[in-house]
Amino acid sequence: MTNEGGRGLSSKLWAMQAKYAPYLFVAPFLLLFCAFMVYPLLRSISMSFYSYAGPHTSRFVGLGHYRYFLGDFLLWIAVANTIVYAIVYMGLQIPLSLGLALLLNNPRVRFRNLFRFAFFAPYLVGNVFVSVIFVLLLSQRHGLIPKALGFFNPAWLEVSWLGDPINARIAIVVASLWLSVGWGMVFFLAALQGVDRELYDAAAVDGAGPWSRFRHVTLPGIKPVMTFLVVSGTIGALQLFELPYVIFLQHGSAAGPKWAGLTIVMYLYQQGFDLGDIGAACAVGWFLVLLILGVALVQIRISRAGREEES
Amino acid sequence: MNVALNDTVRSRKRRIRVGSLTLHALLIAMAVTTLTPFLWLICSTFKTKADFFTYTFLPWDHLNALTLDNYRRLFAQEPFAVWMVNSVFLASAYTVVVVTLSSLGGFALAKYRFAGRRVLMLVMLVTMLVPGQVLLLPNYDIMRKWGWMNSYAAILVPGAVSVFGMFLFRQAMMLLPDELLQAGRMDGCSEARLWWEVALPIVRPMIGAFTLLSFMAAWNSFLWPQVILQTPDKLTLPIGLSNMINLPEYQTNLGILMAGTLLSILPVAVLFFVLQRDFVAGLASGAVKG
Repeated sequence: MTNEGGRGLSSKLWAMQAKYAPYLFVAPFLLLFCAFMVYPLLRSISMSFYSYAGPHTSRFVGLGHYRYFLGDFLLWIAVANTIVYAIVYMGLQIPLSLGLALLLNNPRVRFRNLFRFAFFAPYLVGNVFVSVIFVLLLSQRHGLIPKALGFFNPAWLEVSWLGDPINARIAIVVASLWLSVGWGMVFFLAALQGVDRELYDAAAVDGAGPWSRFRHVTLPGIKPVMTFLVVSGTIGALQLFELPYVIFLQHGSAAGPKWAGLTIVMYLYQQGFDLGDIGAACAVGWFLVLLILGVALVQIRISRAGREEES
Repeated sequence: MNVALNDTVRSRKRRIRVGSLTLHALLIAMAVTTLTPFLWLICSTFKTKADFFTYTFLPWDHLNALTLDNYRRLFAQEPFAVWMVNSVFLASAYTVVVVTLSSLGGFALAKYRFAGRRVLMLVMLVTMLVPGQVLLLPNYDIMRKWGWMNSYAAILVPGAVSVFGMFLFRQAMMLLPDELLQAGRMDGCSEARLWWEVALPIVRPMIGAFTLLSFMAAWNSFLWPQVILQTPDKLTLPIGLSNMINLPEYQTNLGILMAGTLLSILPVAVLFFVLQRDFVAGLASGAVKG
């Protein structure tokens, strides 16, 4: 009798654990997701209409922040810097990554894994440490890069990389490329190995040259990966912060010489933490959101249009 | 005719060999260019201050002058050991939490139908489009109101949410056959044991890839800890090291700074070697499908 009752209870418990399991599985995520993503996301909209001074003092300013920073020339310098950086960086990273992947994908390459690791290694270093390494690499007269350039022309030994606005911008692009070309290459290589070999043979039988094989077989095959790399890379580039921040802090101002290192996220950081108005910083954040969404939409639209054209 | 044929075959072979040589020469040149900064960094950490300024790599004529002095002074002058322990603790704890929560949640999203599932996924997708900087300030405001400033809870608790990780695990676990889970239930497996003993072992490469990415993200994370952590005993390596660059002391003693940089990037390199195979497989499969 008791035995039977026990079995009834345990089977009821068993049914309950089966029924509620999925809720229990998502519960920890859901709780934190709501507390630290959904709620702050909504809150940052309303915060952008207030001006803050310290944790407990705030004042409604409506669209005041937006009106203020849209008229601030520093914001537009930040926007110009960020967009030029994103274009130059992506314009170099994608061809370099793809070029390396094409070289490595050649069936005659030996020690492929070793090469792949060599090119990928800088990615493991991460933003902040790459910045530190580049501060050292570029240090005037004693850094490796001035020394290597001085080998060709002694005058280049004395070039100031981080004190000159143009050189500083070049330095940031070079540092980002060192960090991320291998990352893109890993994705391209995986995609290239997924392209059907028979398509190449068929194209060769049709008398297609190397360029036309690349254009009509390779490129369509790696298009999804290319779109992924371009869209995610651009989104990342528009959020540039750590590299210039760490590189230029040493020179007194995180914005670099003549604001060469001022980016949108750094402008946001300065509004929120240097000037102390987190409401203004939220407004800058939403400006960045709109910019990123706009750029991503245009890129995806272009990629779709290209696909329809082909089919 | 035979001779002529032989000739073309031979010349073709030679062309292939020359092509192969150029290919490898090109690859080696680029690999050397990519890796030289590491070599320079490693050499410089063992040089005296005088040798650093006169020799690019190693002081070949007096190799006995190589020294561990930079490392000794790094640990003596800065709380570098403390930063290292802090970084190892924070990055490991973060990785364990985020991998556990994401794989549990991803399992539920992939293999169960439950109320609110579609709405949740939709909201998750929307938040993925929004860059983290928008969350930075409201979360900072929450932390200072809760009195969580300068605490590790402020880093670990909000950081445990990874929408990307949830989708990654959902994607991988969709491939689990339902029959397998059903068979496990017949054998008396609880749902939690199905996650632990059936689902997780099958998505192992994904766990490896996501572990490495999460650890790297935590190890390199800068902006949020920079805002939250205030006292020197709480700092992590990226913040400690970036503060060091600004001290006049290290603008002449670059060797010490380089020793710190080298020690800071080693742990990720070690983890990469452990997880390398999973990482490449997991990443590649996800990307090519996506």
